[in-house]
Amino acid sequence: MAEYKRPTSEAEFKKNFKQKKPLMNSTEAFYESSRCLFCYDAPCVQACPTSIDIPLFIKQIHTDNLTGSSKTIFDSNWLGNACGVVCPTGVLCEGACVYNHQDVPPIQIGRLQNYATNYSIDNNKKLFKPGLDNGKKIAIVGSGPAGISAACELRTLGYEVDIYEAKEKPSGLTVYGIAPYKITNEEVLKEIDYLKNQLGFNIIYNTPIDTTEEINQLESKYDAIFLGVGLGKTATLRLKGEDKLGVIGAVEFIEDLRNKRHKLSMPKNVVVIGGGNTAMDAASECARMGARKTVLAYRRSRESMGAYDFEYDLAISAGVDSLFNAIPVEIIGNVKVEGVKFAKTEVIDGKLVTITNNEFIVKCDMVIKATGQAKQGMFYDLISGLDLDSKTRIVVDKDTFQTTNPKYFAGGDAINGGAEVVNAAYDGKMAARGINQWLNKE
Amino acid sequence: MVDLSVNFAGIKAPNPFWLASAPPTNSGYQIMKAFEAGWGGAVWKTLGVPVVNVSSRYGSVNYRNTRMMGFNNIELITDRPLADNLREIEEVKKYFPDHAVIASLMVQSKAEWHQIIKDVENAGADGIELNFGCPHGMCERGMGSAVGQEPAVLKTIVEWVMEAANIPVITKLTPNVSEIIDPGLAAYQGGSDAVSLINTIKSIVGIDLDTFAPYPVVDGKGTNGGYCGPAVKPIAMNMIKDLAQHPEISKIPISGIGGVETWRDVVEFILLGATSVQVCTAVMHYGFGIVREMEAGLRQFMEERNYHTIYDFAGKALPNVTEWKHLNLKHKVIAEINEDKCIGCELCYIACDDGAHQAISLSGEPGNRIPSIIEANCVGCNLCSLVCPVENCITMVKTDDGTEHLTWNERTLNDDVPVTFDDDRAGGKHHFVPKPTDALKYK
Ligand SMILES: Cc1cc2nc3c(=O)[nH]c(=O)nc-3n(C[C@H](O)[C@H](O)[C@H](O)COP(=O)(O)OP(=O)(O)OC[C@H]3O[C@@H](n4cnc5c(N)ncnc54)[C@H](O)[C@@H]3O)c2cc1C
Ligand SMILES: Cc1cc2nc3c(=O)[nH]c(=O)nc-3n(C[C@H](O)[C@H](O)[C@H](O)COP(=O)(O)O)c2cc1C
Ligand code: SF4
Ligand code: SF4
Ligand code: SF4
Repeated sequence: MAEYKRPTSEAEFKKNFKQKKPLMNSTEAFYESSRCLFCYDAPCVQACPTSIDIPLFIKQIHTDNLTGSSKTIFDSNWLGNACGVVCPTGVLCEGACVYNHQDVPPIQIGRLQNYATNYSIDNNKKLFKPGLDNGKKIAIVGSGPAGISAACELRTLGYEVDIYEAKEKPSGLTVYGIAPYKITNEEVLKEIDYLKNQLGFNIIYNTPIDTTEEINQLESKYDAIFLGVGLGKTATLRLKGEDKLGVIGAVEFIEDLRNKRHKLSMPKNVVVIGGGNTAMDAASECARMGARKTVLAYRRSRESMGAYDFEYDLAISAGVDSLFNAIPVEIIGNVKVEGVKFAKTEVIDGKLVTITNNEFIVKCDMVIKATGQAKQGMFYDLISGLDLDSKTRIVVDKDTFQTTNPKYFAGGDAINGGAEVVNAAYDGKMAARGINQWLNKE
Repeated sequence: MVDLSVNFAGIKAPNPFWLASAPPTNSGYQIMKAFEAGWGGAVWKTLGVPVVNVSSRYGSVNYRNTRMMGFNNIELITDRPLADNLREIEEVKKYFPDHAVIASLMVQSKAEWHQIIKDVENAGADGIELNFGCPHGMCERGMGSAVGQEPAVLKTIVEWVMEAANIPVITKLTPNVSEIIDPGLAAYQGGSDAVSLINTIKSIVGIDLDTFAPYPVVDGKGTNGGYCGPAVKPIAMNMIKDLAQHPEISKIPISGIGGVETWRDVVEFILLGATSVQVCTAVMHYGFGIVREMEAGLRQFMEERNYHTIYDFAGKALPNVTEWKHLNLKHKVIAEINEDKCIGCELCYIACDDGAHQAISLSGEPGNRIPSIIEANCVGCNLCSLVCPVENCITMVKTDDGTEHLTWNERTLNDDVPVTFDDDRAGGKHHFVPKPTDALKYK
């Protein structure tokens, strides 16, 4: 079990948040790429949500055509660089690699992908050009992976693109949400800059679209609108004592961490509530920030957790303790949080049942709620005729990504309720093609 | 804009990536699939006299974890009926009028040659390739390499063919000769429009240690096969260079064959004067899809250097491939180890000490495994830099100032041929050779 010291400098922060998938050097890339079998109808490609031609880009690395390799990657996935390190490759491409059947480590596809694209980003290789100006304009709301991907694709098709972004930086949760040991802010922003310099879309920062007037303006000024607004803040638990000082949502905590880095103040004892990947990340991050004790509390058993096994293992190896079959019933303390009162749970006939007579308190000075993000319901109400499903996800056509209001298209977390960067990248690209198809039909 | 199209001795194709006459071009189905995948041309599996094949046909040389680094076969020419092949040639041409379909042929008498040429011309083939290369089976019947090894016979058959052919003729040469110029010149003099090389090299790829029979084993026995794949590429490149530098043969185009798998191989072949390449083993290993990598890489190479067509750089390496006697004897490089990169495997040390010039020493301090170069003894042979497993860890650094230039040729002309051993790099003034008995100190 790792013990992390509280980081007090940027260097210590970097040490505690050491990159899980560090950049390969050329020797490693050469050897690793030589292992790829160049499978026919390769299972790794089938497992990639953006269907990158993996055997091709790996062979291109091996024949020292790094520029061609990154072109192969970006051709399928505009965020190929970030995806190489943030994708859960163990359950996607690398999980499907045929070497797994031989009990041989699969090809490190993600790191190779990151290596190749890094080369063209660092050397500013111009791989793409905007398409011939077709006189049409598209607005995009949100500069997360979905929005950026749509923007790139639309530019290659000749559309003028303006992205409206509420925050002061692009790339959404990739900068504000993903764990710092997966990717650094500089890396994320470098890829966006690289794409922006070649393709020339506009990003208008600090400009949330949140009134009917703004929506009306967009509708009159643009030929189509893409919604890549992701999810909202952490949803409330409706728990007694939830308003106490020191109770924070996981996304808000992580955003704070990614901004303040070693300067973030970190209480000694933390309880993280939740069983998804965000909970695992938040718990790992507390441990790496030097929290003395981090308890990950989930109301069901370990097996029924939504998080990937490797994310759970990572949290445990960072020194996180886990508490299963425990449901929070109250957050206690005066003004500030002092602990969480839990009740044990049991599953009876498939139903989660709380056992009330056996409550106990875990002391802490911070509670992180990683129990899911709210949807952007309030924002969606501004748009007429926009159908949402029962989970407040925008309903879209599965091929064109068009919403029930034909002028609007959508993708990313806003339509899937929270998945991965790679899904958002795919949606954005396909929605751009959907927009193009729709505008050319008229 | 890069334009990959070629006009090879009058045979037009959208790109220089062609399939060699071999199993991948056995049928119309395969060739259509290949054209769909991006190949620009295909040389049909050799048509000719009826044959029967054996079962168990291929063997391979695996090197470490690399399968089929070298590949060998004992297959004959096509075993499918001529009429079926002709019908399929016609059909392929109907769907792919702009792609090159070349019929490879191998028959015996003049009358047979004339007949089969007429047949493939009627089927719509864009060109003919004469298979004078097969080094197993067919040669025992007086065809294939049996022809390719006899320049006079080869020339006669080419002349027969040229009498009848109305479409371009490529003569495919066997590398199983001591001098490739001889059959190359015979083909040129016989009037061939182009040459292609290499066909496979006579080989035994291995022996079964239990049955003592060579691979591939056919009921307890085997025969020599034809060797191809990545292992033969250096031999192919040297032969292509020989023809491309020849004052006469170089007047006709060369289709390069042998171990081509990646875009780099393609560029190298073109730099040595080939203006189309043919591929067999790499396709047999990975399928037609490998052309994606070749095409993307070739385009990238050409875009970066502003080449419009492959003719803009074809043959550009030829002036730099010269005879030994024209190399500058005053040029000197010395190995240099980058201590930051060295991982301490000491392979360079042992390679140099046991296999070269005793020009690397070990530190002798416990814990320090970084070797160092003894500059006085380093002759600049490259061996250490070739065995070093870390890229760019050992580099060969130029130490002469570039002002002096003296070749063996010049020394001969100046009547300055050495009469004693006067090479300062070895046995010279500063070079240290350990005493024989120093070898025993590690006993
Ligand atoms: C804690 C956490 C960890 C994660 N870890 C990983 C991981 O390791 N790997 C992985 O692949 N994925 C991970 N994800 C998921 C991934 O970050 C998301 O799936 C992805 O970012 C979704 O992209 P998006 O473009 O749909 O939305 P977002 O990234 O959420 O971007 C939406 C953007 O829209 C802007 N916006 C929202 N509303 C408005 C408005 N009204 N006006 C203007 N702008 C607006 C937001 O400011 C934001 O920039 C993680 C998510 C979280 C929460
Ligand atoms: C199984 C096999 C069968 C072949 N049959 C023929 C043939 O019928 N006619 C011919 O001209 N060459 C034949 N060849 C030789 C190839 O066309 C080619 O010249 C050789 O394999 C070298 O190229 P490579 O290294 O890309 O394989 C054959 C090769 C193989 C491996
Ligand atoms: S499955 Fe593995 S070995 Fe096969 S192509 Fe993909 S990465 Fe290469
Ligand atoms: S490759 Fe095909 S034809 Fe050859 S042995 Fe295997 S299954 Fe049989
Ligand atoms: S071969 Fe290379 S890595 Fe190994 S000891 Fe020599 S210099 Fe170092």
